Amino acid sequence: MTETFVAKTDSLKDGERMIVAVGDREIGVFRHRGKFYAYSNTCLHSGGPACEGLIIAKVFEQILPDKTSAGLFFSDDDTHFVCPWHGYEYNIETGACAGDPKQKLRSFPLVVKDAGIYVVT
Amino acid sequence: MDLISDRGNRVAVEELNTSRLLKNARKQADKLRLDDMLVVDVDSHHYEFEHLDEVLPFFENEVFKQLVLAGRSKGRGSLLPSQTSFQDMGGRITRYPMRSSEKTDKGGKHRDIQLGSRWMDALSVDYACLFPTQMLHVGLTTMPEVENNLCWAYNRWLTEKILPGSDGRFYSMLCLPFSDPDESLRQVEKFGDRKGVGGFCITAIRTLPVHHNSYMKVYRAIEERGLSLSFHSGTNSGEPIFKSLNRFATVHALGFPWYAMLHMSNWVTNGIGERFPKMPVIWIEAGLAWIPFLMQRLDHEYMLRTSEYPGLKKLPSDYMRDMFYSSQPMEVTDMIQLESTFRMINAETQLMYASDYPHWDFDVPGKIYDLPFLSEKARHSILGGNAARMFKLAPRNEKQRANLQRFGNLAA
Ligand code: FES
Repeated sequence: MTETFVAKTDSLKDGERMIVAVGDREIGVFRHRGKFYAYSNTCLHSGGPACEGLIIAKVFEQILPDKTSAGLFFSDDDTHFVCPWHGYEYNIETGACAGDPKQKLRSFPLVVKDAGIYVVT
Repeated sequence: MDLISDRGNRVAVEELNTSRLLKNARKQADKLRLDDMLVVDVDSHHYEFEHLDEVLPFFENEVFKQLVLAGRSKGRGSLLPSQTSFQDMGGRITRYPMRSSEKTDKGGKHRDIQLGSRWMDALSVDYACLFPTQMLHVGLTTMPEVENNLCWAYNRWLTEKILPGSDGRFYSMLCLPFSDPDESLRQVEKFGDRKGVGGFCITAIRTLPVHHNSYMKVYRAIEERGLSLSFHSGTNSGEPIFKSLNRFATVHALGFPWYAMLHMSNWVTNGIGERFPKMPVIWIEAGLAWIPFLMQRLDHEYMLRTSEYPGLKKLPSDYMRDMFYSSQPMEVTDMIQLESTFRMINAETQLMYASDYPHWDFDVPGKIYDLPFLSEKARHSILGGNAARMFKLAPRNEKQRANLQRFGNLAA
């Protein structure tokens, strides 16, 4: 188990992400609503840089009790990051692929200590 | 720079650099040793309307040039009918909103060549057939003079200013002003022998009858020159049958195969393949899933209603197997079905890799390379050998030469 320094805790602000190289692998580290998450930067689709694109709320459609649609909305709860190559979306808290949640990006544990963030591989 | 996210939130990103964006593709290419095999991309794009100021001087007709110039400078007129299109998925495909931020060497080669070299080197593409983007919709104009002038001007600009700067790595199949058969013929005669011209392209977003007698002289001129003909498909949110589609995804899913099926059906049913047996025909950017469907559908009709197919000497699907297909966007969610499609189209000799870069649903070469059911020969031929034979493309290093020779694809 190796701990690799990512950043000073206060240099990664909420809503931001960083990409760190660990050996020949790249890992995306996100700070989202006060917590840190780390995922492989290799997309499950075609190997694109999954963590380097837009961070955006999940889109959902509100279906009313009478089964009519009230339209499309951004979720207040779920946030995605989007692979910039073709648009695969991943849940920022789980790494699950929005189109097929059974598929998940590899995640990595993080340790916060001495005002720094470290990724464990 | 910042990208705009949900509810106006901003997400900071670095400026676009194509080589950096595609660094993982380069890693894949190194791992697969793609530089050792000739890789030809039969469908790539650039954004020609971003250089309209360079294209406009080649308009032949001063009146139409003035219409476009004046409207453009005031932000008024529009050269082609506009489309509802969200290719960039609300900014999720970052290379769209960030495109203008990418830096190129101002004193160097044309910007499109510099950008092209970046993505080609990342994907290990040796040669690419360059198509326009906005002009794929040229068939939707109601003004044939605009189509004639635009194709003429673009074809001159491309062959005189762009292709010569690419060290032979870009070639093209030039857009025909297909609404006007006489003008199409004139442009085949004018441009057909130019360097870097591998053939001509019917931009398929249109509903004209490709089997009409007036086009035979155009096909004859293409065949006589030993060139190829392609149908490049696309989307059209204004197509009457698609007007109920409420998402760009469905317009996109149906549009590409729809126009391919329309033109393929007319082409095959009217025996055009019998009339021009030496002219290779390539079906571009419609994916592959539609082909087995149409083969079965046309064969079924043919067997029951043979009298409506007097020009055919074999099954419609046999004519479809004589033709060529570009691979992108390759539908891969059912591997057994895909393998069956490869068998049905004789993919080893008839399929050609295409990236469609920089468009949103591009395919990397690894998508072909990694298919579990391909023989070594099929892998090499689809990724480049078939196109090398068709367009007479030479290997760029000794390993490529050996591989082309090994699989019977060395043609230049
Ligand atoms: S590689 Fe990530 S969406 Fe295609």
